[in-house]
Amino acid sequence: MSALAQVNWHDIVNFSDYGELLPLVRNSLIAGAVLGVLGGVVSVVVMARDLPFAVHGISELSFAGGAAALLIGTSLMTGAFVGSLLAALLLGLLGFRARDRNSAIGVIMPFGLGLGILFLALYKGRSANKFGLLTGQIVAVDSARLTSLVITTVIVLSVLAVIWRPLMFASVDPDVATARGVPTVILGPVFMVLLGCAVALSVQVVGALLVLALLCVPAAAAMKVSASPLWVPVLSTVFALVAMVGGIFVAVGTSIPISPYVTTFAFLIYVGCRLIGRARGRRGWVQRQQPVVSQSVATSAVQPDGQVSRRTTRLDGARVGEEPR
Amino acid sequence: MTQFAPPPTTPASAGPAPHQRESRQPAVQLRGAELVYGDRVLWSGLNLNVEAGQLLAVLGPNGSGKTSLLNALLGLTPLTAGSGIVAGGSIRRGNPQVGYIPQHRGFDSDVPLRARDLVGLGIDGHRWGIGWPGRARRARVDELLADVEATAYADVPVGQLSGGEQQRLRVAQALATNPSLLLCDEPLLSLDLNHQQMVVDMIDRRRREHDTAVLFVTHEINPVLPIVDLVLYISNGAFRLGTPDDVLRSDVLSQLYAADIEVIRRDDRIVVLGASSVFTDHHHIGDGHTDHHRTGHHRTRR
Repeated sequence: MSALAQVNWHDIVNFSDYGELLPLVRNSLIAGAVLGVLGGVVSVVVMARDLPFAVHGISELSFAGGAAALLIGTSLMTGAFVGSLLAALLLGLLGFRARDRNSAIGVIMPFGLGLGILFLALYKGRSANKFGLLTGQIVAVDSARLTSLVITTVIVLSVLAVIWRPLMFASVDPDVATARGVPTVILGPVFMVLLGCAVALSVQVVGALLVLALLCVPAAAAMKVSASPLWVPVLSTVFALVAMVGGIFVAVGTSIPISPYVTTFAFLIYVGCRLIGRARGRRGWVQRQQPVVSQSVATSAVQPDGQVSRRTTRLDGARVGEEPR
Repeated sequence: MTQFAPPPTTPASAGPAPHQRESRQPAVQLRGAELVYGDRVLWSGLNLNVEAGQLLAVLGPNGSGKTSLLNALLGLTPLTAGSGIVAGGSIRRGNPQVGYIPQHRGFDSDVPLRARDLVGLGIDGHRWGIGWPGRARRARVDELLADVEATAYADVPVGQLSGGEQQRLRVAQALATNPSLLLCDEPLLSLDLNHQQMVVDMIDRRRREHDTAVLFVTHEINPVLPIVDLVLYISNGAFRLGTPDDVLRSDVLSQLYAADIEVIRRDDRIVVLGASSVFTDHHHIGDGHTDHHRTGHHRTRR
């Protein structure tokens, strides 16, 4: 309470010299947009394969890698990449089944976090660097870093484009995909490597703790309002872009790190989508066409099943309501 | 159905199929096929002929190698011995001549897939690339949906469909490549009676209209009994192959299980009664057992 009272809000939020600040964050805006597209697309597969927990686990190891890089004085990006690729490969090879995978993550994640904290404790450099690893530092994007970010993103998205259809088949319908000859056993680890790259890139901007806002929330929100394999990635990308770029625009005028804004935008988008999805769910998500051929047969055939009998009753109810007249 | 002599005592029988025609290329042919996991023999010396338009029911307790047989025919598990021919060619992965219907397992409510997309995956889900929607593809999906009477919910997310509706889509998906062989891995599991009958009718229609051969792994023989040509009963590394009248008999099953089994046939139903120790697993082929309905899928009674 008292601490809050001492906060000088003018120091935190100050949009008076906004116009002069914007050119300075041009690189950051481009980086944010690129990451938004990457996050929007990758998060679709993350959700389809039920990997949010894995994303969290990989980001902790990415954090440990970055912290180790700070300590030994190499580039932060290299450290983040080594950490997250190591974690991604480990998870890709260890657990094919969700249960195995989750316990593997539960073991790896605290270890990574512990290592990261150890490295940071030993590091004697600028404390902003330490904090940035956990909560993000978009302003620190220089041209060289932007270039490597764009190149890595293009590579990840290109590979993803090639394997997209069988990867989604293997994710949503693994049994039939395997039977149809999709190399599910290879696609899993391949995607984990792509995910590792995406996490390493995201960690540097939104920070290890908040990677999920970029690599999980956009698709989770999109899947609340659509089930189309075309629209879910499109919406997810739009959502991620709005959260990232919007977050940077607001963050520029304030002294708070970028991540709270990104996560808040992402959260609000998710809540909005959930509400829309719920409202539509009440009416039945998609208007079913009236069974033209044989409604009576459909009614009797479907009734023993709980879920359908509800829908059928609704159909019947309308008819029953008209009959007394 | 023709009555055959009692099967031989060694577990190496391959009863010739009824209605056999010389000219026909077998849809499935196994010669001396064997599958061994570690030191456990699932089956060995299996000679099998399934011709176009025939339906083979594969029965047996859990872990007896029923699903492994399908996996072997799909090219996912190599045979440890023997050879096989599927749909006129050697066994290979991703053969479009082979359709596959999995167990009903249900989808998460959020899965980004509509009814038409699930069927579409059966057409080209295995191909590389993004897969832009096209007019020809859409027309094919519509046609497949209409065939299983699923047009009404073509655009509904699969997670919002009932088990019966999802299983209809599974049939459409499996038929997307117009296969000459259909492998069904307990497609009736956890469906109620009406939907069991519906799935069986759809498979039977396909068989009659397109001469598609069917391998049907099931716990429940009764829903498919009227359309079964051959029965393969696997248990403890041994098996019996023949017509239902050959295999589903007290003496044959007693020998297979090495325990007293009683098979009662009444009208078009079969009830298998056995010492409960025999059926320790969740296994039954009829509706006679009451002692192992632990997971509680629907009893078969009409």
